[in-house]
Amino acid sequence: MRMPAPIRLRELIRTIRTARTQAEEREMIQKECAAIRSSFREEDNTYRCRNVAKLLYMHMLGYPAHFGQLECLKLIASQKFTDKRIGYLGAMLLLDERQDVHLLMTNCIKNDLNHSTQYVQGLALCTLGCMGSSEMCRDLAGEVEKLLKTSNSYLRKKAALCAVHVIRKVPELMEMFLPATKNLLSEKNHGVLHTSVVLLTEMCERSPDMLSHFRKLVPQLVRILKNLIMSGYSPEHDVSGISDPFLQVRILRLLRILGKGDDDSSEAMNDILAQVATNTETSKNVGNAILYETVLTIMDIKSESGLRVLAINILGRFLLNNDKNIRYVALTSLLKTVQTDHNAVQRHRSTIVDCLKDLDVSIKRRAMELSFALVNGNNIRGMMKELLYFLDSCDPDFKADCASGIFLAAEKYAPSKRWHIDTIMRVLTTAGSYVRDDSVPNLIQLITNSVEMHAYTVQRLYKALLDDISQQPLVQVASWCIGEYGDLLVSGQCEEEEPIQVSEDEVLDVLEGLLVSNLSTPVTRGYSLTAIMKLSTRFSSLNRIKKVVSIYGSSIDVELQQRAVEYNALFKKYDHMRPALLERMPIMEKTATNGPSETVQTNGETDSTILDTKHLPSISQPASQANDLLDLLGGNDVVPIIQTTVPTKPASAGGELLDLLGDLSLTGGPTPTPASSVPMSQPPFLLDGLTSQPLFNDIAAVIPPMTAYNKNGLIIEFTFERSNPNPNIAVITIHATNSTEADMTEFVFQAAVPKTFQLQLLSPSSNVVPAFNQGSVTQVIRVLNPQKVRCYCEPRTHSASYRSRSSEISPFVLKHLQKSDECLSGAKLNIAKLKLRAASH
Amino acid sequence: MQFMLLFSRQGKLRLQKWYVPLSDTQKKKISREVIQIVLARKPKMCSFLEWRDLKIVYKRYASLYFCCAVEDQENELITLEIIHRYVELLDKYFGSVCELDIIFNFEKAYYILDEFILGGEAQETSKKNVLKAIEQADMLQEEAETPRSVLEEIGLT
Repeated sequence: MRMPAPIRLRELIRTIRTARTQAEEREMIQKECAAIRSSFREEDNTYRCRNVAKLLYMHMLGYPAHFGQLECLKLIASQKFTDKRIGYLGAMLLLDERQDVHLLMTNCIKNDLNHSTQYVQGLALCTLGCMGSSEMCRDLAGEVEKLLKTSNSYLRKKAALCAVHVIRKVPELMEMFLPATKNLLSEKNHGVLHTSVVLLTEMCERSPDMLSHFRKLVPQLVRILKNLIMSGYSPEHDVSGISDPFLQVRILRLLRILGKGDDDSSEAMNDILAQVATNTETSKNVGNAILYETVLTIMDIKSESGLRVLAINILGRFLLNNDKNIRYVALTSLLKTVQTDHNAVQRHRSTIVDCLKDLDVSIKRRAMELSFALVNGNNIRGMMKELLYFLDSCDPDFKADCASGIFLAAEKYAPSKRWHIDTIMRVLTTAGSYVRDDSVPNLIQLITNSVEMHAYTVQRLYKALLDDISQQPLVQVASWCIGEYGDLLVSGQCEEEEPIQVSEDEVLDVLEGLLVSNLSTPVTRGYSLTAIMKLSTRFSSLNRIKKVVSIYGSSIDVELQQRAVEYNALFKKYDHMRPALLERMPIMEKTATNGPSETVQTNGETDSTILDTKHLPSISQPASQANDLLDLLGGNDVVPIIQTTVPTKPASAGGELLDLLGDLSLTGGPTPTPASSVPMSQPPFLLDGLTSQPLFNDIAAVIPPMTAYNKNGLIIEFTFERSNPNPNIAVITIHATNSTEADMTEFVFQAAVPKTFQLQLLSPSSNVVPAFNQGSVTQVIRVLNPQKVRCYCEPRTHSASYRSRSSEISPFVLKHLQKSDECLSGAKLNIAKLKLRAASH
Repeated sequence: MQFMLLFSRQGKLRLQKWYVPLSDTQKKKISREVIQIVLARKPKMCSFLEWRDLKIVYKRYASLYFCCAVEDQENELITLEIIHRYVELLDKYFGSVCELDIIFNFEKAYYILDEFILGGEAQETSKKNVLKAIEQADMLQEEAETPRSVLEEIGLT
């Protein structure tokens, strides 16, 4: 007995829609699916079409329908048009090119491409052009090419878009379609014209050769466009009084591609662009769509300046349009052109700024970006007012970008330092929690450089802290400043505004408050502890500070604990160093690349950067050695130590010890003390002074020259440069001069480095160092220290004339020393057992 | 155009046309996401939004959202016109089209779309020509339906 006819599609839809719950719907679907499955199993040709249609409906509701895939193929193979229609639809919905099943379609499609009925051919072209895989495209490209040459415009237009798809899938096949494009544009049929322009566009975008080849079509395209504009009302293609806007837009886009970078083509289209720009009706969206495309084309090709101004003015008018869509595209386009046509865009600045108040999020964002692009020295004050107001009221998503933008603009165009500081304050207080992490060190650097504003800045920051300690970047900057300039704060030196009366205890209260507050992050706590420590040399409340520091020596927070322990040590063991260590920071130089990943930052980067993992990798190292104590305070702080040391002459045997590269991050100093003099005669801190060189043991931006060797009339000086492309390479140039009476002949400079280093010695200028300083020998050494290890240098000279005079002379060696007390306290520097201290990640 | 979605205000999908190869899971995920984003838009907002590296152009007609995802270099304003043209075609075909028409005749909605757009680009800019082609194809379908005898219907032959 035969099963009853499967229910019709509409009936099923009706039934399913009556389901009141998801579960009920699921049940119905499952029942119907079961019926369909058994029907499929019976290989029922009559109702296959109906069943697949139902399956497609259920698929749209989200239910699995893969068991219908093969059925689609059977439908495609059927002779009935109804079957094919549903079959191809099913294929497009259920099959995807990832599955091999889809390849079974290829033969059917091939047959149908040659079918006697154009609507069948159309189905095949549509399916191929929508979802054809690369394999299918390869197999059927020939058929498509054939149809591209047919006189049947219904098929020709479809073949053109199918060809576009083939080219996208298999670019190598593009060539084969070239002949067929010959007279595509002579067609009268708009469908063919439109799809042909799309095809030509695709080819020109993909191949510069095609582009040059098709440039000759510019006059023809211009003619077609002109006809569209000039011709009277054409009911078939009219949209709100404009003739075939779709075709117009596509032609304009192709013209853009053809005219770009080509003077002749650009000139040929100049007139038509002007015509379209001035004559197009702008009351409806469709007219504006054409104007929009025209503007994009004008801006991209080599158009006359008059035309460009016209384009920008169109955009300016767009900005005033009631339609927010139009305003949106105007802002997008202006953003693209603001670099090249800056002045023209500036004229519309006030309208753009008004868009900051728009309700639409996308418009606001674009307006913000554009505003930043338009800020310059002349309008900075006005613009900043608007931007700060925007910052106050905008969505949280915007605040970070807006704050960064404001900082950048302020830095570039600040009319005065006071204004700059005020602007920073405003941002920190209104959007302080959204400010990016890297802003903190940048701001600190900025503040240090505004020397005359220190008192004002610290006062304002202090007052801000009194109001609100929740915004971490603000708190961090404020702590740092108070630590640095606390003395100015309590002495009431502010000139810019009424100085406030605040006592040392009050300041310490605030800083201690930060330490205990739940709102403070660990980074912030680090800042405040360090600030408190710094105040030990600026305030007189030493005992209070000592107490705080010692309390945190047992803090659970490892960072904090470590700092406290080391600061404690500073109080106890190294108290004589404390004033020098905690001295005021000098002005920081800003290096060219100042991004957060840039490790070679300014000298004396703040101590707070230690916790910021974006900075020097070595900083993130949990430095447990006690001699890192001084590292914490930043390189610059170490300068005073060196300055107070007396450079002693290198001892003879055993050689000297020079902290060659470590020294270089200091802003200069005399010859470092040799380790040989270390053991007894010098106080212990000298030793530490050498070992605890700044954390930045990669060479700092500015390395002063140094005298590496000065003995018996032979002076060797080193000058340093950072290699331009690779800042990790130090380029050392040695100058050897000889003040003795005799020439030093056979002068050879040798250098050796530990394994992780790479060394390149270029040829010296000569082997003879002339007497009486009459000349010098120069030689360039390139050193790469990829692991950024500390490097110590041991000089030994070797020279023929010397050999006769002194006994122990040996080659110049760069050695690496283990940073441990035992190694340094002894003067046994010839010991070759050297270990690398990886100070970096 | 990479894809077009039609969905109701409750987020029910009424039509989905994909012009890029994606797995079913991917399609589901993308649809869910885009529907969510578009439904969250307020009436005063513009019809364009950025999503991943695409631009979403959408417009609401009565209870249906028409939503296209286009690439960066596409003209958003003309895309709105494309959407409008499609709605006009549906309207002409069904006679004052409403969501129910599209629900109950979804396959026809696809046929019309496939006569208007191919591979993501418009293939015919004349409304008349699209409708004529659909009409002819419908007639072909009717002719092809071989008349079934009553006996066949009740399963006796």
